[in-house]
Amino acid sequence: MLSTFLAVLRRDLLLAWRGRADVLVTLAFFVIVVCLFPFGVGAEPNQLRAIAPGVLWVAALLACLLSLHRLFAQDHADGTLEQLLLSSEPAALWVAAKVLAFWLSTGLPVVAVAPGLALLLDLEQGALPVLVLSLALGTPILGLLGAVGAALTLGLRGGGMLLALLVLPLFVPVLIFGAGAVEAEASGTGAAAHLLLLGGGLAGALALAPWACAAALRISTD
Amino acid sequence: MNSPERSRSLFRFAAPHNFYPLAGRLAPWFATAALVLTVAGLWLGFFVAPTDATQGEVYRVIFIHVPAAWMSMFVYLVMAFWSAVGLVMNTRLSFIMSQALAPTGAMFCFVALWTGALWGKPTWGAYWVWDARLTSQLLLLFLYFGFIALTRAIEDPRRADRAGAIIALVGAVNVPIIYFSVQWWNTLHQGASVSLNKAPSMATTMLLGMLVMAIAAWMYTIAVVLWRARSMILERERHTEWVGAVLEREAQGGRA
Repeated sequence: MLSTFLAVLRRDLLLAWRGRADVLVTLAFFVIVVCLFPFGVGAEPNQLRAIAPGVLWVAALLACLLSLHRLFAQDHADGTLEQLLLSSEPAALWVAAKVLAFWLSTGLPVVAVAPGLALLLDLEQGALPVLVLSLALGTPILGLLGAVGAALTLGLRGGGMLLALLVLPLFVPVLIFGAGAVEAEASGTGAAAHLLLLGGGLAGALALAPWACAAALRISTD
Repeated sequence: MNSPERSRSLFRFAAPHNFYPLAGRLAPWFATAALVLTVAGLWLGFFVAPTDATQGEVYRVIFIHVPAAWMSMFVYLVMAFWSAVGLVMNTRLSFIMSQALAPTGAMFCFVALWTGALWGKPTWGAYWVWDARLTSQLLLLFLYFGFIALTRAIEDPRRADRAGAIIALVGAVNVPIIYFSVQWWNTLHQGASVSLNKAPSMATTMLLGMLVMAIAAWMYTIAVVLWRARSMILERERHTEWVGAVLEREAQGGRA
């Protein structure tokens, strides 16, 4: 079982590495969206500091959303997905491996770049570790929930917009606790409760989402 | 089509060709009940119930607002229930029911938000506040939109049924999480600046009017869903013999 997991993980990471331009585009999108906000709301440092957690989190969420369609599209197009579904290995297992590879190639770079962008918005430096931690706990949840949506909208016309409509309401709790953690840390009330809830959400999503996603993939490729 | 010894069990109505005439017979009764109860409820609400001591006449919007809000949440649960039944028992009618429920649920959700805004302006001074209940109601509306959009976007009905069922169940698992997260977010941000708590005790006629309107909303939902399910059945089974026979009979002026 572990060997299947590792094989799918290694394959997807290799594919992501070969097509690293896609990853860079996602990162560039994240950076540009964050940089748009000062133009929109004005460069007043106090105001930027106040909205920084929300802006960084919303931008990370959108970057994740826009890359979600890549999760299964290519495998669906070249038939790999059907072969995987036909194999005797449990589908939830390799789905989890694919989501992990997706997060390592899209979520992790976003998490790594976020502290630098936080400095642009003049976020308090003491809150940077919490920002990184909240993104590291939260973006995998986005990937797991988004994978269900991506599986359901596989191969549909206008699938991208539909995917956004399906998963954005589900992302709201993650956004609340993620941005809330940074804000709580910056205002001095402590982020432990928010981070614990994010961790709990991640555990719950890990337990449920791969099965839902596997069921959705079976439906979509039927 | 029907087996010679028809089962007496209620499960026989899970077959679309048995359900279709039953729904046709029942729907007008529910529609009549809805009409009568709506008239009675509005009469109770607008003419019998006393004016509220603190809010004046504005409060009367609750006779529409509260039943719509109840219904919008309840319909989502029923939708998720039929989706689960459909996935487990593999019955076509369950999926039809859950898709027939969605537009009515979304409509009630919108009515609840709209009447709430109309009530909020004179009472709170704003059409919209980011209160926990309002926000989760708005997200519920988005969940309805997502379900409807997904089931309409997929052309193959079999796939549309199942995909819709999955997203309805994922949504149902998330509804409590969304509700509590939004509540937490709101209380952390600004404290309870606006409280939705009504006066401690309600006049009996007010409560009665609201309950009558709530039952009217139920009857309306049942009637509309039965009719919608009937047309969905006709559309999906249009290639079968029994639909041909039904259409021929209806063309001659008989009842199905």
